[in-house]
Amino acid sequence: MGSPLVAEPRARKATPKPKPAASATCYHCGNACIGKPLLADDKPFCCDGCKLVYELLALNGLCNYYALQDHPGLRHIKPVRTNKFAFLDDPKIAGSLYSFTDGNHTAVTFYLPGVHCSSCMWLLEHLNRINPAITSSRLSFSTKEATIHFQRNEVSLRTIAELLTTIGYEPYISLDEQQVRAGSRVDRSRVYKLGVAGFCFGNIMMMSFPEYFGGAGIDPTHAWLFRALNLLLAIPIVFYCANEFFINAWTGFKTRMLHIDAPIALAILITFSRSIYELSTNTGPGYLDSMSGIVFFMLVGRVVQERTYRSVSFHRDYRSYFPIAVDVLTSGGVFSKSLHDLQVGDMVQLHHDEIIPADGMLIQGKAHIDYSFVSGESDPVTAEVGAPVYAGGRQTGGMIQVQLTKPVAGSYLTSLWNHHAFQKNKAATGERQSSIHVLSRYFTIVLFSLAGITAIYWGVKDPSRILNSVTAMLIVACPCALLLSATFTNASVLRLLSKHGLFVRDASVIETLGNADFIAFDKTGTLTDNRLQVSADKPVGVEDAALIAAAAQPSRHPYSIALYDAYRCASLPKVTAWQEHVGNGVEAMVAGQVVRIGHASFVGAAHASGDGGNANVFARIDDQIFAFSVRPSFRRGVGAMIERLHRRFGLCLLSGDNRNQEAAVRTLFGKEATIRFAQQPVDKLNYVQQLQAQGRRVIMIGDGLNDAGALQQSDAGITLAADVNNFTPACDAILDAAFLPQLPQLLRLSRVNGRIIRLAFAFSIIYNLIGLFFSVQGLLHPVIAAILMPSSTLTIVLISAGASVVAARMVGLRPAAGKT
Amino acid sequence: MSALFILVIASILVAGGFLGAFLWSVRDGQYDDQLGASWRSIYDDEPLAGAKQ
Repeated sequence: MGSPLVAEPRARKATPKPKPAASATCYHCGNACIGKPLLADDKPFCCDGCKLVYELLALNGLCNYYALQDHPGLRHIKPVRTNKFAFLDDPKIAGSLYSFTDGNHTAVTFYLPGVHCSSCMWLLEHLNRINPAITSSRLSFSTKEATIHFQRNEVSLRTIAELLTTIGYEPYISLDEQQVRAGSRVDRSRVYKLGVAGFCFGNIMMMSFPEYFGGAGIDPTHAWLFRALNLLLAIPIVFYCANEFFINAWTGFKTRMLHIDAPIALAILITFSRSIYELSTNTGPGYLDSMSGIVFFMLVGRVVQERTYRSVSFHRDYRSYFPIAVDVLTSGGVFSKSLHDLQVGDMVQLHHDEIIPADGMLIQGKAHIDYSFVSGESDPVTAEVGAPVYAGGRQTGGMIQVQLTKPVAGSYLTSLWNHHAFQKNKAATGERQSSIHVLSRYFTIVLFSLAGITAIYWGVKDPSRILNSVTAMLIVACPCALLLSATFTNASVLRLLSKHGLFVRDASVIETLGNADFIAFDKTGTLTDNRLQVSADKPVGVEDAALIAAAAQPSRHPYSIALYDAYRCASLPKVTAWQEHVGNGVEAMVAGQVVRIGHASFVGAAHASGDGGNANVFARIDDQIFAFSVRPSFRRGVGAMIERLHRRFGLCLLSGDNRNQEAAVRTLFGKEATIRFAQQPVDKLNYVQQLQAQGRRVIMIGDGLNDAGALQQSDAGITLAADVNNFTPACDAILDAAFLPQLPQLLRLSRVNGRIIRLAFAFSIIYNLIGLFFSVQGLLHPVIAAILMPSSTLTIVLISAGASVVAARMVGLRPAAGKT
Repeated sequence: MSALFILVIASILVAGGFLGAFLWSVRDGQYDDQLGASWRSIYDDEPLAGAKQ
């Protein structure tokens, strides 16, 4: 063994000098201070970062931040390198981010994932105290977006981004952010329609009151006034509020499809023309009240059902994963360059935690590239100079230089998006198969045949009453009851699911989830979380543990970090010499002893020894060898969840990882389940397709870009995310990782959804039958019509909302503790 | 009779005013962030904690 080189260990950031632990909590972030806390104004801080933020806020009289919440700060352990936001100095990039500018006064909207409490909001809305060139800032809490107005001549966008980063709210600026933001803007037109419909409906009901009570004692002039006003109020309902029903029906008609809105459009049309006829011939008051009621309640249902989760995006692709610009090394120095302008041959500099924007070749530096998001492989890959590196990988450790060999759009990662699975429009196919549509079609057919029979009956008996009774029947039996029960039940179930961590793209996905019979899981990041778990082949003594932790501490390799976290203690022995051998391990002189950590060959361990060959990290202290297995740990509750799912679903595992966790996975899934390792993204997609060819309805649950193809191909793709606001590949639903153990219950609730719709529908049918009974005879009194319509709607709302809440409780859904 | 005329018209106008207010508030984005507004209203302008100048 060569004697260890004398090297000053790089201090781990934010880790104070080890001293006997005082159990103080940081005033800023609330974390326990390891060792002696740093003090400022007699307040303890765990690290320089937290102290810095406090001092900045105190200087500007912003200590209210700490008064509103205890320890509101984020753990500030990620110092950002100084020129990370240098690309914002590029006027072209900065210009693309401005939402408004007149040359000086400028507005910009940043997405700040760090926002989490009311203190954040207070601080971010008082930025002008820190920098007076910021005129105002306003935070939309539900979207975590801060809109900042500033004087561009006095402060640059880069300074603002750096200020936000300093106080712990690093803005998230990505290549695709512009498009994503534009797409997430809510369409308010339906809310306007709802407001107008509510206004007209309420007033029409009021004007119709005299008619309900037989119009006795009412002056004919008054009756005329009320009827005229009713007609006036009904016009915006038909021509503005209801236009989406007509548009849907018409586009369906053009493609020779009976759209679900077609019967509604027909009912509105018939009701309106008949009312006009009655009013103009002075033969009756018409049915304007029922008509406006139908439109109003339908709109209520749709607004509630399609209230989107604004901060959740279901349509992101790889572009929102990429940064907006990278540092490019040229002969004239380092410049930041927008990703759009990158060319083959550019020399790109990547720092710790940055993403490789396109396939390239490593020119300089020690590359530890984490491809887990792209390939599912959890072990970071070490690349030597000259080796190819691929887009989407995340560099961990020091700075590297990469020469691009392919354009951004031509990389391996992006080629996945050209697969045909991404070309089909999933929403359209899903809607066509919905059971509600099928039911609605039968209902419409039955209704029209009934109308035909009525027409024939009256044609024989008394032809003058044909029109009357047929229109009355179509009005009363309008299939809106079915649509209403579906929309309100969907809305209620969507709300319940989101309360329990499952955010569903739209209502049609609920049914797909309920009908599924097969679930395919990804492993890395889905069943396992990102923390690495360390298990040793034999007990590690206190002193040895301290030696290992001390030797591992300076390294940035994920395994070293895991070892340090597993074995650190309050007082680590002093490291006198330390060296990292890239691709092999580290060698250190700790308290007079040589400690080596790394590969078996580097440490000098016989590979087969210990842990059945399962160990992947070895440590040697003098002559003693420890074998560690450092693996991602399974999420809590996964075992019980799989067991529950087994009863109803076929299960399989598609992992991009290597086989080293096969035994653990096998015990989890049982002997029969299909478990596939080393799956490329396209393999996953193909396997899902294969299952579908066997008639399976497949749910794919994954987390990374490597699952994107399978998520898209599956009947319902669920993305698992630790924070639903963060990047997720395109999918049908997003599941908060904390709620993963409740997946069986969530799926059961989705299944119950269809039953509740049919129940509510059955009840509304009873109302319809009563109405039909009268209208077929041509005897429908306006009072009965006026009572039937709202009461049937009310029953539907009560049944669907009540039944879904009861169902949620019955399947055993509980809000997870500690989640808001 | 004319009293009823005036009252009905007036009631519609008042209701129309509220409709206008509703539409304006939606357009103004007042319903966009439902959490933030409730917090914003409880903030004091003066620092609560002992802050240095």
